[in-house]
Amino acid sequence: MSDSLLQVRGLEAFYGDAQALFGMDFELAKGELVAVIGANGAGKSTLLKSLTGLVRVPRETVRWKGEAIGGLAPGEIVRKGLAMVPEGRRLFPSLSVEENLLAGSLARRAGPWNLSRLYRMFPILQEKRHQPGTSLSGGQQQMVALGRALMSNPEALLCDELSLGLAPIVIREIYAAMPQITAEGMSVVIVEQDVSLAQRVSRRLYCLQEGRVSLQGECTSLSREQISRAYFGME
Amino acid sequence: MIETLLQGVLLGGLYTLFALGQSLMFGVMRLTNTAQGDFIVLAAFAVIAAQAGVGGSAWLAVLAVLPLAFAGGYALQRFVLNGTLGKDPLPSLVVTFGLAVVIQNLLLQLFSADPRSIETGGFNIQGLQLGESLSVGALPLAILGVALAATAALQWLFGATSLGRAFRAVSDDAEIAGLMGLDARKLYALATAIAFVLIAIAGALQGMRTTVAPSDGPLLLLFAFEAVIIGGMGSFWGTLAGAMILGITQQIGFRLDPGWGIWFGHIVFLAVLVLRPQGLFPKTR
Repeated sequence: MSDSLLQVRGLEAFYGDAQALFGMDFELAKGELVAVIGANGAGKSTLLKSLTGLVRVPRETVRWKGEAIGGLAPGEIVRKGLAMVPEGRRLFPSLSVEENLLAGSLARRAGPWNLSRLYRMFPILQEKRHQPGTSLSGGQQQMVALGRALMSNPEALLCDELSLGLAPIVIREIYAAMPQITAEGMSVVIVEQDVSLAQRVSRRLYCLQEGRVSLQGECTSLSREQISRAYFGME
Repeated sequence: MIETLLQGVLLGGLYTLFALGQSLMFGVMRLTNTAQGDFIVLAAFAVIAAQAGVGGSAWLAVLAVLPLAFAGGYALQRFVLNGTLGKDPLPSLVVTFGLAVVIQNLLLQLFSADPRSIETGGFNIQGLQLGESLSVGALPLAILGVALAATAALQWLFGATSLGRAFRAVSDDAEIAGLMGLDARKLYALATAIAFVLIAIAGALQGMRTTVAPSDGPLLLLFAFEAVIIGGMGSFWGTLAGAMILGITQQIGFRLDPGWGIWFGHIVFLAVLVLRPQGLFPKTR
């Protein structure tokens, strides 16, 4: 891939003695939206945590614009332009909505995303900006978590289970923001359990199973049967 | 009665300064510094020692000690206490308890067991007449002013600045704060550095107001701890209120019988611990 932003080669990740990823390869190009699907425990979240420094991995296994960044501290990685929306949103309970959003800008990267732009995208957040972030509904909290990651003006946004625990109408509202996010060339990785949603919004797809890539390709070229086999491990 | 209340509030001012550092360290790192009282005593002795070096001026000596306290607090957290943080509170309790023992013995070795005080050139015996039968000391009034200013400053720092936002973020979730580019270990060190400046101010004012001896630390820790528990862990105005309640209660006890003051304070502390263990004004989330 000529304009590759992120290259992962032979990634192995561990939690103590337990191995979660087994020699995984992964690639993300500038401006593309890639989905990572898989059942619980397949290694989707571990992949994102390895990319953002929350799980320590060997330096050479992750390359960002050609530079080896595996195992760097999360703060260094976010300053290079990789931001994550964590699973379960994990807003700061003692910070207001606006303070949560501003926390994202502490990485001090220049770019188009600021409070006023976020408030235009999610007007409800402006209305509730002085409320504690965790007092909002699940969907609104997800908007804050997404906005907080965007406030660091990343070049690649990694979203872990945006739709988890949300009503379909709320999921649609959040995914409706994706074209605005990718419009200026930002790359996005979405980790999803909802396969049809992942296929609908992304161009390429990786399916993980037990810490390995069991299937990858263009969404349009993969059949439902192929994906089911890769997802559930059926021969 | 008014005099008792007034004296209680003034005493509460001192207890506020004893407790603010404790409240700050607990609020940011969930760390209970059991050497808090001994660091207050150490700071008082540092001012006494510095006084000789700056020609006898207590205020110059305090100014000289404050940056040392900041640097000492930063280094202690960065190189010692950060290593004790985690889900288990025991390592930090053991390490700070060990530090308390070391400080007490170091002070005994250097200064002997004799009580000493910081010479203020007569400021500690000046008073203001507030009526025919009511007067207050200038120093206790100054201590109250410093306590109110320190509480307001901390509240402003935490509530209205980006540094305060960063402190609250790492306190809430250090891992996610790391994803925002925050370095929790440096922020913890900065929080302890600020706490140690407050400790140094408390030590200096305690040494000016009365005498200090190397063995005083545990009692000062107890007062700090009681004020924080009564007010509610991690809330600065709560700490101030807790310290005021403790001071007033002790003064009422002293008024009833000179031997009752301290244990009257303990009774209020125990009552709060039993009836409202989160404190009267806990941090709202």
